[in-house]
Amino acid sequence: MNMEIVGIWVGAILTLGIFSFLYKDNPVYKVCEAIFIGVSAGYYAIVYYFDSIYKKFWQGAVTADHPDWWLFGGAILGVLFLTRLFPKIGWVARWPLAFIVGATAGLYMVTYFVTNAMNQVASTIMDVIARGDAGDINWVQTFGTLVILVGVTTGLMYFFFSKEHKGAFGGAAKVGIWFLMVTFGASFGYTVMSRMSLLIGRMDFLLGDWLGLIN
Amino acid sequence: MLNTSATVILTLMGVSLIYILYLTITGRPVERRVVFLYVGFSVWLPLLMKITPPLPITTDVQKLYDYIIKLPPGSKVLCAFDFDPPSAAELQPMAVAFVKYAFKHDLKLIIMGLWPQGPQQAQMAIAAALEDPTVASHPHEEGVDWVNLGFQSGNEFVILSMGGEFKRMFPRDKRLIPYDSIPLMKNVVNFSNVDFIMNFGAGYPGTKEWVQIGVDRFKSKLGAGNTAVQATEVYPYLRSGQLVGLLGGMSGAAEFEKVLGEKGKASTFLLAQMFGHATVMAFVIIGNVAFFVLRRKKKDPAGNN
Repeated sequence: MNMEIVGIWVGAILTLGIFSFLYKDNPVYKVCEAIFIGVSAGYYAIVYYFDSIYKKFWQGAVTADHPDWWLFGGAILGVLFLTRLFPKIGWVARWPLAFIVGATAGLYMVTYFVTNAMNQVASTIMDVIARGDAGDINWVQTFGTLVILVGVTTGLMYFFFSKEHKGAFGGAAKVGIWFLMVTFGASFGYTVMSRMSLLIGRMDFLLGDWLGLIN
Repeated sequence: MLNTSATVILTLMGVSLIYILYLTITGRPVERRVVFLYVGFSVWLPLLMKITPPLPITTDVQKLYDYIIKLPPGSKVLCAFDFDPPSAAELQPMAVAFVKYAFKHDLKLIIMGLWPQGPQQAQMAIAAALEDPTVASHPHEEGVDWVNLGFQSGNEFVILSMGGEFKRMFPRDKRLIPYDSIPLMKNVVNFSNVDFIMNFGAGYPGTKEWVQIGVDRFKSKLGAGNTAVQATEVYPYLRSGQLVGLLGGMSGAAEFEKVLGEKGKASTFLLAQMFGHATVMAFVIIGNVAFFVLRRKKKDPAGNN
């Protein structure tokens, strides 16, 4: 029997099993959910083993003609994580964790500041009047620049709590709230769009790969 | 036949929404399963229809296209597949379109993944691209025209280390062939030997990490394709010039297919997404109208103004 067809049938049955939750919680859904989690965990374990432990560490440090000794450092830190399984020496697992937290903090201290602060601030500071290549005013871009100017200014005013939000300052802060709400709304809209795409992906699988109704 | 039936059913569904509005206003709201059914049908039926919705090309997609068409044949493109099957509906069509374009224009693809399932998605994209008649008319050889370096754990630290030497993170490709024995990787030491980076990202690690390290630290040129959820977080990088172009969600994928002249899945999916959105919006409107009408009735049960 063609294994691809078997795979498609299994995938279709599991998909329908997961969809059955839309009617109500049921044992079929629970089984499909458990299979999904188990298969995912198994797949990840194999990929991590093959790509990281075997391909990188084993072939790079153990069987290589010129071993990369640094890889043993990583391997030792990795093994130390497993000490968590033994309560008496479980505290040792904090060492590799501390190494990861420290290294990540060190990396992000610079990269986040440059990428998300400096470069973003720099791109916000620009001419209000945008001009085209021929020197004429580009009204659409100018409007966009004005929106950014007003949005950034009023948004910052909203987060300035050292002065009471009253009068003109309070009004500007309210405009800032509107900008924030529009941003959250857009973000939510995009999230709905993504979730819809997940459904479309499954429908395409059921109608195309399984039932063969669409190409 | 399917096309006509789908159109008729969708029209009937649209009309029946008025009845649902009536039921809701009169205090008999439909249960949630009905909403699920409507959303399900509104996504399912358009997939059977042969209608291509009108689609203007946004500047984000146009910018990416304008950049990649300037890449001369033989350019080396690092392609990072940082997503897994759940995001494939959005990202796989753009990945397939990009790989097809690369093969047709003799761009050399160096594929890698910071997500365990990314390289597998890349293999599927390559297989789909190689089925294209134009691509198939010229021989494409693994290791020469493309190479899949596989997955490497370590998230953003992988990118950081690649800034020094790719080989350090990927000593062998997915077929276990040593880095130095791969013809395509000859003279490729780090980012400075790559002409362009294309990232298909669905979250962490993904486009943000590539911008932070690949672009801002190693001065590479980066284009991105993202899921719609992530696109809002990535748009600021576009305006600041940290990204050369962005494909955001399903609409970005469909636009990319259109601008490349490829007839892919995203164009079909877009119609389903439009109907799905219309249905969700219709139920949001029905819910809100019912809310205000019922609140008014509660305040004034006699119906006096």
